[in-house]
Amino acid sequence: MTRVELSRRSFLGHVFSAGALVLGTPLAPREAQGADGKWQPSVYLGIEPDGTVILVAHRSEMGTGIRTVLPMVAADELEADWKRVRIEQAIGDVKYGDQSTDGSYSIREFYQPFREAGATARSMLEHAAAAKWGAPPAECRARNHRVVHEKSGRSLGFGELVSLAAQQPVPGKDAIRLKSADEFRYIGKGVPMTDLDDLCSGRGQFGIDAKMPGMVYASIERSPVLGGKLRSYDDSEARKVAGVRQTVTIDPFKPPHEFQALGGVAVIADNTWAAMQGRRKLKVEWDPGEHAIYESEAYKRSLFETAHKPQKVVRNIGDVDAEFAKGGKILEADYYVPLLAHASMEPPAAVAEFKNGKVITWANTQNPQAVQQTVANAVGIDKNDVTCHVTLLGGAFGRKSKPDYVAEAAILSKKVGKPVKVTWSREEDIRFDYYHAVAAMYMKAALGRNGRPVAWLQRSVFPPIGSTFNASETYGDAGEMTMGWVDTPFDVANLRAENGPAQHHVRIGWLRSVANIYHAFAVQSFADELAHAAGADPVEYLLGLIGAPRKIDPQPQGIKYENYGRSLGDYPIDTARLRRVVELAAERSGWGKKKPGAGHGLGIAVHRSFLTFVAVVVEVEVDKGQIRIPRVDMALDAGRVVHPDRVKAQLEGAAVFGTSIARFGEITATDGRIKQSNYGDYPVARIHEAPYETRVHIVESDALPAGVGEPGVPPMAPAITNAIFAATGQRIRELPVKNHKLA
Amino acid sequence: MVPMWTLVRGQRGAHAATGGTDMVQLTVNGKTEQYEGDPQMPLLWYLRDLLDLTGTKYGCGMGICGACTVHINGAATRSCVTTLSDAAGKRITTIEGLAANADHPVQNAWKAVSVPQCGYCQSGQIMQAVALLREKPKPTDHEIDEAMQGNICRCGTYQRIRQAIQMAARVKA
Repeated sequence: MTRVELSRRSFLGHVFSAGALVLGTPLAPREAQGADGKWQPSVYLGIEPDGTVILVAHRSEMGTGIRTVLPMVAADELEADWKRVRIEQAIGDVKYGDQSTDGSYSIREFYQPFREAGATARSMLEHAAAAKWGAPPAECRARNHRVVHEKSGRSLGFGELVSLAAQQPVPGKDAIRLKSADEFRYIGKGVPMTDLDDLCSGRGQFGIDAKMPGMVYASIERSPVLGGKLRSYDDSEARKVAGVRQTVTIDPFKPPHEFQALGGVAVIADNTWAAMQGRRKLKVEWDPGEHAIYESEAYKRSLFETAHKPQKVVRNIGDVDAEFAKGGKILEADYYVPLLAHASMEPPAAVAEFKNGKVITWANTQNPQAVQQTVANAVGIDKNDVTCHVTLLGGAFGRKSKPDYVAEAAILSKKVGKPVKVTWSREEDIRFDYYHAVAAMYMKAALGRNGRPVAWLQRSVFPPIGSTFNASETYGDAGEMTMGWVDTPFDVANLRAENGPAQHHVRIGWLRSVANIYHAFAVQSFADELAHAAGADPVEYLLGLIGAPRKIDPQPQGIKYENYGRSLGDYPIDTARLRRVVELAAERSGWGKKKPGAGHGLGIAVHRSFLTFVAVVVEVEVDKGQIRIPRVDMALDAGRVVHPDRVKAQLEGAAVFGTSIARFGEITATDGRIKQSNYGDYPVARIHEAPYETRVHIVESDALPAGVGEPGVPPMAPAITNAIFAATGQRIRELPVKNHKLA
Repeated sequence: MVPMWTLVRGQRGAHAATGGTDMVQLTVNGKTEQYEGDPQMPLLWYLRDLLDLTGTKYGCGMGICGACTVHINGAATRSCVTTLSDAAGKRITTIEGLAANADHPVQNAWKAVSVPQCGYCQSGQIMQAVALLREKPKPTDHEIDEAMQGNICRCGTYQRIRQAIQMAARVKA
């Protein structure tokens, strides 16, 4: 840590007033980190002379509670009174370290630095009081926003100590004392969400709510096919709409599309409604280009053609071919998960002003530093001349990691000379998403005498996220392979995982839990199929497949295992922990107590993702073809849990998100055009379709904290279809369930 | 049984006719407002863009997600498919006008249960729940599901929404 002089307010922007004690650790951003994946985040904390503790939330709030929870961690170590903490949202700036709020990273990467920041400030306050009283520092202890000297009964508030504390040398990491777990005031217990009142009163400010003085509103018509070029347009009717000012074109992107604006024709108007009405009146002709060949049914067939042939080996144990050649009981199955859209309730939205070669924007972004770079590229300025304010995000799920819509606002502002607000309609959001990849999986196993597999082959084919950054990329990268494919945690003597190529025809991107979704669906469905083929109880069988407690290192058997950027030493693939969540979910769900069948059944699935172990038991009722999910039991081992209620909330939400994927999620294309457009034809689970009750069972652990936002999603879909099988005998291998007629 | 949410008011198909200008008078959160412009503009955009009442959210533009729910003469209504001509002369209440200190029993229950995740849909959820409790002060879980199924929450807070409505019902009773 370095001491920041009191006068250097510019260092921290507008957040602190003069005279504040400010601590900062300006370290390298993620892009500057070494190849070993290690990186040092930064933390900012300040105390005002009136005692107000200001904590900077540098991650984006999209519903996880992170805007509260990380500051809470620092406040705990600081011994701050939560009622006297103010949270300020950071703008995009490399000085904060990584701000890309994705990958369930925030707690696991910033828990320790936030503790250290709080403990450092506490130490300096204690030393300041000791100096003032002439007492040994060890006798001066911070307690609930004051430093207390018990022997003499003296105490001073944090605010009174600010100027003196700022003069103290900054202790090194070795000199600070972190609290022991029994001293935690908030960690492991929780505090109310800082935005709770605002979110219940309509005062929360989301991207769609952002306004700048003098701004105009834009609605953009884009090519219905990815990469289509504008042939001609007629805006005469659009300009007759009351409130419409003008139309402006945005140049098409140059491949690869990355986060660039797609291009199109924008209608600029006095309000959102007029802009949207004007856009409807545009007559635009497109040259659709190469992706007009995209047709979902034919594409699915081509994925399975690839999946049925040998492909690139990404992990190999033993020799599956030799085992298959022996004959015996062989099972094969095809699994399919279609394209999925994010469909967050708040569509992409941003307001931007280009003025004097600089851009100021307010955006609902997961990644304000990517906004800086993307906007800078789009309007030809330096990224340091882009100021990105981060609003609340009305859901994001990975969509708002890609700031194409912010680039649109900046480009339009440069062209019209005013601040421009871009609000995507729901139809645009569904039709121009960065979709979760469609995937085909082929699975094959040979069962031994005891019904357990002696050989296991798995092959996945999907258009990779890499195609967003390199238009010719067709194979999954190490990250996608890490996500539930090269780490299949089964004790099988012969096991091979493969990945085949697929060409993209739409923009492919991250969606909550990413490649784990389709990989877990195939692996956990197939495990259930083998259990039934062996005449075994699915939970017993699953535990047998996982095998004895051990730590798995898949790397020597295949390609690079990324382990979500962390070492296997810190975050092992620990089958003991995997078994424990299976056993816990099964026990709490009452597994085995009621005979399945006659429209009632339980399904189990387990998956490790984002370094967290989650097992799910789903209870399903099927009556006259109608599905009900009365109960979900989710057991989670995410290491140390910092805010139990928000962890529960994330898993309750993941149960619903996973239910939407399983039951309804399907985006399809014809002639390269997405067919769906709104919640009518792209349904997501409503209150009566979601699990009636999700019970979350948290494994107590003092292991390093792991991810929470995403890991609840992957096991949901297979647990649901496994439960449907238990209830009806119908095996669903292609999602979504809504396309299948249930008995 | 027809779910209650399909009965919420709102006009569809009015989008075709635009261009005219009308004078519309309406009451928003107790204040009389005058609007001069396209009478086909949905109430949603009038509230958000012209009156700066941004607590009411856009979600779908066709009355199927519930994020834009307000009260018109006390009834839960989708403001994204309610034109200003339909709203003329009516009494509109938005989330901002529900209770002076945002302390309506339903809002208090929402906070006590910590319902919101991202929070974007919650204005609409709360307005719908308030209307439900006016009609059915002691709803069953089934009645809650019927009344609330027009309001999507993509974060998946439904379980807590049900809990909060039951809590508010206990408090109000």
